[in-house]
Amino acid sequence: MARIIAGVTTSHVPAIGAALDNGKSGEPYWKKVFDGYERSKEWIRRAKPDVILLVYNDHASAFSLEIIPTFALGCAAEFPIADEGWGPRPVPKVIGHPELAAHIAQSVILDEFDLTVVNKMEVDHGLTVPLSLMYGQPKEWPCPVIPLPVNVVVYPPPTAHRCYQFGRALRKAIRSYDEDLRVVVFGTGGMSHQLQGPRAGFINSKFDRRFLNLMTRDPKALARITHLELLREAGSEGIELVMWLIMRGALDEKVREVHRFYHVPASNTAVGHLILENLK
Amino acid sequence: MGKPNEYDDIPGTTVFDAQRSRQGYHLNMFCMSLMKAENRTAFKANERAYLDRWPMTEAQKLAVLARDWNGMIGLGGNIYYLAKLFFTDQKSFQFVAAVMTGSTQEEYAEMMLKGGRPPEGNRHAAEWKKRERRKRG
Repeated sequence: MARIIAGVTTSHVPAIGAALDNGKSGEPYWKKVFDGYERSKEWIRRAKPDVILLVYNDHASAFSLEIIPTFALGCAAEFPIADEGWGPRPVPKVIGHPELAAHIAQSVILDEFDLTVVNKMEVDHGLTVPLSLMYGQPKEWPCPVIPLPVNVVVYPPPTAHRCYQFGRALRKAIRSYDEDLRVVVFGTGGMSHQLQGPRAGFINSKFDRRFLNLMTRDPKALARITHLELLREAGSEGIELVMWLIMRGALDEKVREVHRFYHVPASNTAVGHLILENLK
Repeated sequence: MGKPNEYDDIPGTTVFDAQRSRQGYHLNMFCMSLMKAENRTAFKANERAYLDRWPMTEAQKLAVLARDWNGMIGLGGNIYYLAKLFFTDQKSFQFVAAVMTGSTQEEYAEMMLKGGRPPEGNRHAAEWKKRERRKRG
């Protein structure tokens, strides 16, 4: 039986990827960010997941305004790296897990979560920056990754509550897969930030710290948060924090927090990172 | 058009909803085209000619040519699409954010290092209006 051993949340700021790719990770500004992930690299080296299910948002790379799936699942055998305007990031292509992905799609759709199956898709910084933060710069990613893009670009994204419930359905789906696989779920994006308009640069550390606490201790309270509160308190792009609730819904109710990191700023954004383990 | 949205009360913020996505469709799809290297080359060679291939409004085209980022957002542009344009210009999110807030690069970077723009006084449109009035004395 497959099982979810842990969840990881992390920001996916593109400038973090650029800093790593351009050899700037040792500079004082960026070192403060990367230092917060030193323990995480050690943790994932030991945890050795067989598969990562990675919840992120596509930033107008694979999807445009032509088609906007609210929840999608990458079911392909591999996913090329998108050219976002600078040329593709120099990172390995992402190898999928089509069998587990197909099983998840079938299971959650019958569980009334009507996600979109995607069999051809490029992946952007939303997916690759979290992998870089956790694994550094390997020649190949150490395990297959199933991408799970969520629309947070065109308002409204799915609600926090819906995301949490979707996480519960993913948990059920993974636990009903026959093969013995150890799965880690990533919920990425956030924390507070606003990239547009005269309010750009908005950061709300008090809100972020409370959000981190509740992620560990009381996710059901977080699942009640409204879009209006997220926009106002976490910034127009901070609303992507709903994706963390998908990861949290996929974990057990009680978890062990093994690592936490919070730092302002990375470019325009508050970086937040948690590693939560299921107890059994 | 429906009723005013409750998020319109958040100052200095444009929520990219279905209406705006409609309004900015061609502007954003033009930006998206810059993900291909050959299109970036064609755009840089003659910006106006490249823009004329798209059924955008004249105001949208002029905002692109002037790199008027707030203007583009007001005309239905979305920041993740506009990113393809400023990445083509070899500019970063932080560069464009500084421009949109009317500050210099140094001022903006300094604000971020000090913890960013605080929530206090930046939650409601009325708070900004009050500040504006006080500034004008």
